[in-house]
Amino acid sequence: MAKRIDVSGLTAYYGSHKAIEDISMTVEPRSVTAFIGPSGCGKSTFLRTLNRMHEVTPGGRVEGKVLLDDEDLYGTGIDPVAVRREVGMVFQRPNPFPTMSIFDNVAAGLRLNGNYKKSALNDIVEKSLKGANLWNEVKDRLNKPGSGLSGGQQQRLCIARAIAVEPKVLLMDEPCSALDPISTLAIEDLIGELKERFTIVIVTHNMQQAARVSDRTAFFNLAAVGQPGRLIEIDDTERIFSNPSVQATEDYISGRFG
Amino acid sequence: MNITTENTEAPPPAPQPSAAEQKRASRGATRAGDRIFLGLSRGSGIFLLVIMAAIAVFLTYRASLAISKDHGNFLTTFEWDTNVVPPVFGIAVLAFGTVVSSIIAMAIAVPVAVGIALFITHYAPRKLGTPIAYVIDLLAAVPSIVYGLWGALVLVPHMQGVFGWLNDYFGWTGIFSWQGGAPRALLTVGVLLAIMILPIITNVSREVFRQVPQMHEEAALALGATRWEVIRTAVLPFGRSGVISASMLGLGRALGETMAVATVLSPTFDIQASLLDPGGGTFAQNIASKFGEATDQGRDALIASGLVLFVITLLVNGAARMIIARRKEYSGANA
Repeated sequence: MAKRIDVSGLTAYYGSHKAIEDISMTVEPRSVTAFIGPSGCGKSTFLRTLNRMHEVTPGGRVEGKVLLDDEDLYGTGIDPVAVRREVGMVFQRPNPFPTMSIFDNVAAGLRLNGNYKKSALNDIVEKSLKGANLWNEVKDRLNKPGSGLSGGQQQRLCIARAIAVEPKVLLMDEPCSALDPISTLAIEDLIGELKERFTIVIVTHNMQQAARVSDRTAFFNLAAVGQPGRLIEIDDTERIFSNPSVQATEDYISGRFG
Repeated sequence: MNITTENTEAPPPAPQPSAAEQKRASRGATRAGDRIFLGLSRGSGIFLLVIMAAIAVFLTYRASLAISKDHGNFLTTFEWDTNVVPPVFGIAVLAFGTVVSSIIAMAIAVPVAVGIALFITHYAPRKLGTPIAYVIDLLAAVPSIVYGLWGALVLVPHMQGVFGWLNDYFGWTGIFSWQGGAPRALLTVGVLLAIMILPIITNVSREVFRQVPQMHEEAALALGATRWEVIRTAVLPFGRSGVISASMLGLGRALGETMAVATVLSPTFDIQASLLDPGGGTFAQNIASKFGEATDQGRDALIASGLVLFVITLLVNGAARMIIARRKEYSGANA
């Protein structure tokens, strides 16, 4: 089910401001790729171009190609709504729908995509919550509001919601930055399990986290404030953290930065 | 690591209140300024309650005088004759007219207002949304007598066509049959009230929709929701209680509207089966048209009808609060 992402020559703008410039990379299916880099280097912007969320921001536009297997997400006649059904996303702050129960939160994407029988819906919700390692904690209160859960549980609920629609790719934008260390660990374990089924791209500020969860790591940087962010290098995580080929990467990783 | 050195100067330590000061502060204000402010705000609160109580006592007292003399049944009599001895009057016609015209107004105004508010906040480009919002604000500033004059001179003649159409297609239901009289009927009043309460419902709904957190809308978008689906899954549920509150503000105005109704309606003291037949009346309109030439006895009777309007308003507000409270844990206030 997981698909390969192939980005070539991607540049993204906010109005007239060029946020990222000329990024090309390949993300293999069933792998975890981590994006690291200083704040403002465009990691999140780049992530949001991969499911066409960037253009939701007023003034946001994109040049270049993003191939999902062989299909260009920015090709003519491609509906961004359809793209987002293929490429799921988990955000920095847990954002379950506050007006919905736990069950309805997980079922939300399915209900958007079509009609499901009650029993089928029950099965998928259970499977998704189990997939997000949340089932045992919430199975007795599926009809309670999702906003009543702890932050870490809410984030896992959001992951369950995202995987319920069986996306090909799962994007995670600093999914643990609002969580305590134990919840973070739970999410990291989960990422390890999810990569069996999905292509995962994760933005993180935590380099230990990148080292722990990812197979490949991409380092982004910008020349100066106001300049567009660029991809400096992408390589196997082990290599990036032990023997990167670019000096700037080593400086950033070892803290000799700025 | 030189980038951090610029900002490492610690800010001057804030003066720490001593334990005793903290204790005093938690017990209540002790500084002169705090005491004065506390007194003022508490005083205003109490003052408000006193005024409310005074109104309630006044209404109840005068109303009880009138009702004790009433020779008809106050709730069911279809008559308002207060200048004879003994007086005969009842509020049935007024309650019917008030409630029905307000329901018509709400049925028209709430969907339109929610639509306009969604258009301004989620569909229109900023360049278009801002002027529209401004024009809607202006509508709220038009005095009700002006609406009344416009209603009588423009709306009433134009309702002729609408009434004919309704009669042709829905006349068989009974409530939309029309004998061809001047359209000074409850339906026209409802339409006029709808226009009058549209701005307040629109404005409050607009503010509510604008406050929907970006992250909820993005959550829906990322699941592959279309713009309408984003509104359905993230915006409308979040704004639900706000829209109910907005509608209650509008309903309050519709229930109590006086001049516009009095100008448009040709009042009679009976209940018409059809919404298109001229006649009927509302509490506020009846008070306004009869108060001037009423005897003391007549005024007490009118005050009694005012008390009923007061009670209806309280009941409606209470019902709305119950609806909002029932879904409180889903309100999103804790997210």
